Amino acid sequence: MNYITSWCRIRQNVVTANGQTVFEDPASALSGFLVNAYRHLQIDYPKFYKMDRLCQLGFLAAEVLLQGRILKEEYPPEAVAVVLANRHSSLDTDARYQESMNGIPSPALFVYTLPNIVIGEICIRHQLKGENTFFVSEQYDIAFLNDYTGQLLEQGAARAVISGWADVFQEQYEAFLYLAGQKQTPGSVIHNRQNVSALYGIVDAGS
Amino acid sequence: MESLMQDLKGKIIGQLNLQHLSPEQIGDDDPLFVDGLGLDSIDALELIVMLQQHYGIKIANPEEGPKIFRSVRSIAEYVTAHQKVG
Repeated sequence: MNYITSWCRIRQNVVTANGQTVFEDPASALSGFLVNAYRHLQIDYPKFYKMDRLCQLGFLAAEVLLQGRILKEEYPPEAVAVVLANRHSSLDTDARYQESMNGIPSPALFVYTLPNIVIGEICIRHQLKGENTFFVSEQYDIAFLNDYTGQLLEQGAARAVISGWADVFQEQYEAFLYLAGQKQTPGSVIHNRQNVSALYGIVDAGS
Repeated sequence: MESLMQDLKGKIIGQLNLQHLSPEQIGDDDPLFVDGLGLDSIDALELIVMLQQHYGIKIANPEEGPKIFRSVRSIAEYVTAHQKVG
């Protein structure tokens, strides 16, 4: 049996942790919202400013997800996997990079022209060294990602998994991450498709 | 030179997305890499782009990089020596 011990959702300029709002900034466009959330959450990680918006979104979601806990003290770093998916891959940054090619292309932008870089940023921040995979699909396919995450846990490829969705294109964005693992904590729920759908839906109904 | 160094600090912050810093927090002789501002190899490429974009200077010999980008003052000295007048 595996358990979802925390979850985070960021959409419509609201950040929620385990269903509770931790930050909202209805007036800002996406770029400003992300920076304002970073400042509000009092995160000290200057590299945040250098990230593209997909990485900023995923990074913030992981920060909220893991707030107050040090994952590497709960599980060996090699046993924590990250499995994410989105719809637009790195298109938001790809388009910006293409624009920069009208002048001198930006090397700093180029390094973000792959969607899985967001996983790298999360792993660097939290010193995670387990398996990681990034899928691109039309919608957040809860059934598929839940099965994939569950198999990693059940087959022993990982003892904990950060799983979910992080998507950015222009002003459209959404992140939903959850932490599933072998350890049960107060408030945790069993990791299965119904509960992932419910957590995703419960937050949705309140926003 | 003082004015150029101030200009460079603003441009470095903008080019490298160092929004957590103000120009006043960057000393003229502070090391830019490793122990100083902690810039990395991608930042070095961005600094090369910055010199080309804003000052029309191309660095012909990459081995000069560490010397040129040691500090804001060393960049200013390089710009002063290599910028075309007029």
